[in-house]
Amino acid sequence: MPDLLTAPWPWYVAGPLLGLFAPLLLWLGNRPFGVSSNLRHLCAAIYPRNLMHFRYDWKQEGSWNLMFVLGIVFGGVIAGVLLRNPDPIAISDATRETLTALGVRDLTGLVPDDLFAFSSLMTLRGVLILLGGGFLVGLGTAYAGGCTSGHGITGVADLQPASFVALAAFFAGGVAGTYVLLPLLLGIGG
Amino acid sequence: MRPRTIGLWVYLVVGIAFGVVITKAEVISWFRIQEMFRFQGWHMFGIFATALPTAILSVQVMKRRARTVHGEPIHLAPKQMGSGLRYVIGGVVFGLGWALVGACPGPLFALLGSGVPVMAPVLASALAGTWVYGLLRPSLPH
Repeated sequence: MPDLLTAPWPWYVAGPLLGLFAPLLLWLGNRPFGVSSNLRHLCAAIYPRNLMHFRYDWKQEGSWNLMFVLGIVFGGVIAGVLLRNPDPIAISDATRETLTALGVRDLTGLVPDDLFAFSSLMTLRGVLILLGGGFLVGLGTAYAGGCTSGHGITGVADLQPASFVALAAFFAGGVAGTYVLLPLLLGIGG
Repeated sequence: MRPRTIGLWVYLVVGIAFGVVITKAEVISWFRIQEMFRFQGWHMFGIFATALPTAILSVQVMKRRARTVHGEPIHLAPKQMGSGLRYVIGGVVFGLGWALVGACPGPLFALLGSGVPVMAPVLASALAGTWVYGLLRPSLPH
């Protein structure tokens, strides 16, 4: 029984469940499922300065969504700490070999623990991958007006052409980042 | 006039469920994202291949047949296509970042809870990115 609770979920269980959040939030009050809007709400709450993009009533517009992402953090605690999967992620042997060749040493956790550590922020490599990557995520989702949730699931579910364009661009950028940018940055060395 | 809304705690509960699903699905794993972008495994593609039809079918049926819990018609604001440049350029920029940190915004929050505290500065950096967009917005093509 404990194994059942800590084991990861197969794609055919997780996928359909993931697809149900967009209709659920619509049913609960026409809320558009999407996470990156919260980055905007947080900017508007913390440091709007005089920027038009952040001058709006973020409490009125974003309270429900900020509660939603707070929930995501708690969900991470439940599934990633309390019911943590003790085994390494079952990625393909090919990926394992490629990443090892690129200098990724620790393949046991959810993320490479040697790279995703505070000590890593003392290295140029770590700063560029973690903070640089985070910056691009925030900049790109704001410019594109949505992320994998807002465009990739909600927009696509609503059959909006802009979201299909965005999803294709997400993927193109991801492949370019994986084959070009990441090897370059990993090569800087710890 | 404030629109009728349900209690905010409901969204907290839905968020918890979402966080559990993406964590247990390993969607938040840097390794799974690498496997996906390298086309070396089925897992992530299987998730998209089942999540998208589920979302499309349910949202389309709801828009035609269902109402919200308050009895309002289901409505989603359309995304303006414009020149489309914002979706292409913004999308590629996001994709590059997604490949590096191995997490899109939802997983950033889930990883923070999953015992990867270094995601806090990563999230702060994402906020900085969004803020810079707000700064540059008037001069960017949309």
